[in-house]
Amino acid sequence: MHGRVKVKSTAQQEEEKRKEREKKLKAFVSARDAVLRKRSAGEHDEEALQLTQQLLSSNPDFATLWNYRREVLLQLETSREKDEVQKLYESELHFIEACLKVNPKSYGCWHHRSWVNTRLPQPDWTRELGLCDRCLSLDERNFHCWDYRRVVVKESGVSVEQELQFTDRLIGSNFSNYSSWHYRSTLLPQLHPQPAPDSASNTSPSPTASPQIHSHRVCEEQLLKEYELAHNAFFTDPNDQSAWFYYRWLLGRAEREEMISCVYVSRERERVSVAFSKPVHAQSEGLMLVLDGQPQQVEWRSTHPRLRHSPVWLCDLPPGSVSDISNEHNLTVHWTEKYTHRDCALYTGCAESWCRDSATDQELFRSELSVEKSSVLQAELQSCNQLLELEPQNKWCLLTIILLMRALDPLGHEKETLAHFQTLKEVDPMRSSYYSDLCSKFLIENTILKMEYAEVRVFSLSNKNLTTLCHLDQLLLVTHINLSSNQLLRLPPQFAMLQCLEVLEADDNAIESLEGLYHLPKLEEVSLRNNQICKLSDLESLASCTKLTRLDLRGNPVHKTANIDSELSQLLPLLCKSQAFVV
Amino acid sequence: MHGLTESVIAAACSRVGQSVLHLDRRNYYAGNWASFTFNGLLSWIEQYKNQQEVQITELEQVWRSLIDEGEDAVPLSALDSSISNLEVFCYASEEEEKEEEMKTPLSSFQPVNAETVSEEANGDSTEAHDTVTGDDTTASDAKTPNEEHEVSEPKEDQHTSDISEPSQSQEEKESQLSSSPADPPVEVQKKITYQKLVKEGRRFNIDLVSKLMYSRGALVDLLIKSNVSRYAEFKNIGRILTYRNGKVEQVPCSRADVFASKQLTVVEKRMLMKFLTFCLDFEQHPEEYQDYTEKPFREFLKNKKLTENLQHFILHSIAMVTQHTLTEEGLKATQHFLRCLGRYGNTPFLFPLYGLGEIPQCFCRMCAVFGGIYCLRHSVECLVVDKVSNKVKAVIDTRGQRISCSHFVVEDSYIRDEQRQSTAYRQISRAVLITDRSVLPSESDQQISMVTIPPLESSAPAVRMVELCSSSMTCMPGTYLVHLTCSSSGKAQEDLAPVISQLFHVSTIPGEEPSEGAEERSKPAVLWVMYFNMRDTSALDSSSYSLPSNVHVCTGPDDSLCSDYSIKLAESVFHHILPDEEFCPPAPNPEDIIYDGDGPQAEGPGFDESTNTEADKSLAEEEGATHEKSP
Repeated sequence: MHGRVKVKSTAQQEEEKRKEREKKLKAFVSARDAVLRKRSAGEHDEEALQLTQQLLSSNPDFATLWNYRREVLLQLETSREKDEVQKLYESELHFIEACLKVNPKSYGCWHHRSWVNTRLPQPDWTRELGLCDRCLSLDERNFHCWDYRRVVVKESGVSVEQELQFTDRLIGSNFSNYSSWHYRSTLLPQLHPQPAPDSASNTSPSPTASPQIHSHRVCEEQLLKEYELAHNAFFTDPNDQSAWFYYRWLLGRAEREEMISCVYVSRERERVSVAFSKPVHAQSEGLMLVLDGQPQQVEWRSTHPRLRHSPVWLCDLPPGSVSDISNEHNLTVHWTEKYTHRDCALYTGCAESWCRDSATDQELFRSELSVEKSSVLQAELQSCNQLLELEPQNKWCLLTIILLMRALDPLGHEKETLAHFQTLKEVDPMRSSYYSDLCSKFLIENTILKMEYAEVRVFSLSNKNLTTLCHLDQLLLVTHINLSSNQLLRLPPQFAMLQCLEVLEADDNAIESLEGLYHLPKLEEVSLRNNQICKLSDLESLASCTKLTRLDLRGNPVHKTANIDSELSQLLPLLCKSQAFVV
Repeated sequence: MHGLTESVIAAACSRVGQSVLHLDRRNYYAGNWASFTFNGLLSWIEQYKNQQEVQITELEQVWRSLIDEGEDAVPLSALDSSISNLEVFCYASEEEEKEEEMKTPLSSFQPVNAETVSEEANGDSTEAHDTVTGDDTTASDAKTPNEEHEVSEPKEDQHTSDISEPSQSQEEKESQLSSSPADPPVEVQKKITYQKLVKEGRRFNIDLVSKLMYSRGALVDLLIKSNVSRYAEFKNIGRILTYRNGKVEQVPCSRADVFASKQLTVVEKRMLMKFLTFCLDFEQHPEEYQDYTEKPFREFLKNKKLTENLQHFILHSIAMVTQHTLTEEGLKATQHFLRCLGRYGNTPFLFPLYGLGEIPQCFCRMCAVFGGIYCLRHSVECLVVDKVSNKVKAVIDTRGQRISCSHFVVEDSYIRDEQRQSTAYRQISRAVLITDRSVLPSESDQQISMVTIPPLESSAPAVRMVELCSSSMTCMPGTYLVHLTCSSSGKAQEDLAPVISQLFHVSTIPGEEPSEGAEERSKPAVLWVMYFNMRDTSALDSSSYSLPSNVHVCTGPDDSLCSDYSIKLAESVFHHILPDEEFCPPAPNPEDIIYDGDGPQAEGPGFDESTNTEADKSLAEEEGATHEKSP
């Protein structure tokens, strides 16, 4: 075989590798033991650095060793001149760089690097920024490096413009990158802030009007450019979610003012109900009730014991304080922490009274998306519809269109919205429950709006495939509710917020649980035909509804229970005593 | 010769233990696949010129005596006629370097053509050349006085353009204006003179063949599989450009390009991406194109309601097919392009640093590592054919040595016409330009660009252009090396000069600044250009030759963008020679090779001209020849 190259056999190579590994392991273990011995002996010397260096170079994720190294470095630092310290830490940086090559995602390395820079007499931030650029060009999603980069940028005062250009570059090379888009969303408001609403106007220069609420917004000119960027991304690849999420961010989300949205007082019950713009924990929020100028000692409770944070809170007034129907009373609820309050007058001859901002007034349901001008939103809707024509099955596009339509005119677009939801459930069956819930939410919002326009206290939403209930705090004043022929599984604890409810119809659902029918003081009639209530114990909470006179349970499994009547009369003695009509 | 195919066959045979002797009448590697320094290229041009005059002298007597009874001699051609119509023009100023920033006045220099590039490549022999006849017609005598005359004059020019202060005299201003109206005052670039090109000649690696490597093409696969890739470095082609409506534009082909493109509307972006996504697995959707299988791809694109923009990009720059290519072939080409995206970057192509000529050399190196022997300037005079078996049993070299062999691999250009059954070969038109800037300047001036140029007229061929930057190690900093290639319809110059004049500024006088409109000034200036035709024998196969069955003829480079044809040919020849052996199995890592004293000492002298004398008589082979070892 003259002239033929001889090559080691696979077995030979394997054996060599195995021996090599064994040797390495042995060396590693003995070095590790030596280091740990030294540490417990409290030795902080050069040798410790060398030993930990050997170990960390092959396994940079050994956090204990980094800790020991820091101890040693701090010790050595004390006995050296400034330029020696500089050198000491610079060589540490070189060492970390080598470790990062072994594992660019080592928590220990990046953390140690940040620490070393805080110890360096003269940190070289330019170099550090270069390191980040290099790492991110190798792996644009290395979040360790992103984090470190933010530290470097902050410490070295890199300009926001430069950083924005950096994201331009990264997004340009690959726009499927949440990190870059997100970084962008933090930079834009700094670079192109939305001018404060009133600052330009001379008539009402209100320096106190804090721009806080919209401080994360971006000026319109820049926004239009950003919309274009997002269009480019989702027209290029409509299935890439990162640009869609950025787009959603651009479209904005109003932060609702924190306020007391409703105060309701019932003379008969001597009870006050308060609704807030968001769930709160009333006991710790500094709520104060003033009745006719007198602060009252009252006990606040939520509408259901399972709700520790709730948008609706109740309290009982001192007995007899408002019971005389010929008296007029003035109530004020103070939310001291938020420096806000709401008044409510209970006039002579009235059994109840309330004071509130309606959902319509507050444009409550626009807040899901955007505080943008409707002309901008209209243009965006057009762009998305253009894309939908090309990609009728694209879920991101469909969902965004639904959100835009809601922001523009929820009632006007209701039919289209429902059709889009239907498509969404078909093209994305994995998330059909999510879409059903979202659709339910929008339908409830629309029904609330319609109810308010009609100025009635009747909420009717039957046969609409509702799967969930929400915004129940908005139904505080509703007396009649019809939820029949939907797909509800339960009346959740939040249902107890319907403090004025008298009649509930929820036939033909799949309701199993009635938790929310709890201490509803005015509830008289409940119709739950053809649901899935199985056990008598599921009906327990009804006992707390003292005015209940009619309960229809036909078509429920529980109805087949033996001795249902006697069992019920035992469970709901009040109901039966008052000759309630239990079918 | 050591063309790509022969080199791969040699490496493959050597790798599996065959003895290979590799002879080449040239004094350089890679044959028509070679790349040259600028000075090397000038010598090559010189050789070409001389060969045209060489008398073929028959040295029959020498080898006649070596032919035994029962043997026939089949002489090989001593003349390589695969290159033709070579012409060279120089437009760089020929002044001394210190004057290189000057504007050369009219009438100072004339184009230089091949015939006038003499042995002293950097000499003053700037004889004028009549480009029509190719003859030296103009006298060179007038030159010297002219040159001296210029020396002083342009210096003032330089002065005025360098120091454009308000204190300038009216006169100076005028002179500046007249010589270069509205010359952008910024970037007074150093002009590159011919002397400079010669002086920096080593920095050039000018390929005779211009091809790119598809990142999932046969060549890349082979380089990886065989481990030969370790001998070379590669650079990604940075962008795909096209020439359209009189402008050079970037072709959005990757996802990132489409996203960033400013030429496309968002709807076009969607349509393009949708179409490309479809092409990726078009076989899965036959309903989309089955009505078009018999129709041109172009019509299919139209039917898909793609805009003009998009049709152009897909047809010419992505699929890179013609108006007449059928739909399925167009779809396949598009698919191949797309599958190659993203492997090494945002375009489908790689280019070897130091030029394509590196690739055959890498395979030669591997061949040498496994014991192959290389001899340059050493050719085969004739084949010795056994009359009974009609097989080649030996060859006789140009030094009268008889070397026995069991297989003979040879490049087409060594075959005499008497052995040909068919001479139906085509021609490739080539132009090589050195220019002073990119056809589409961008943020980075270090990008390799691939430019597709659709036919300027319906009868003309589509031209492929590759613009190499200096970091590809093929040209000196401050210049670009531009290769143009098309299948010939005539002489290379006739085919390509019209394209060049559209894309570049070709001065009528060397060193002259464009004086026409701003448009002309925005074009890169051609400093030097070479045209030639190369024979494309890729259509030939073994039935085209009347040769013994153990003679394997390798055709030269084809006119396609990639080298897949040559690699596949190599593989098929290899399997013909050694049906039971693996083609280029991975070469072992150096640390796994056992050296036992008398084994081949790795790759030491690899490329030097090995002394061929001890080439074992029992094992000979030939020009790009490989040989199956005889016991």
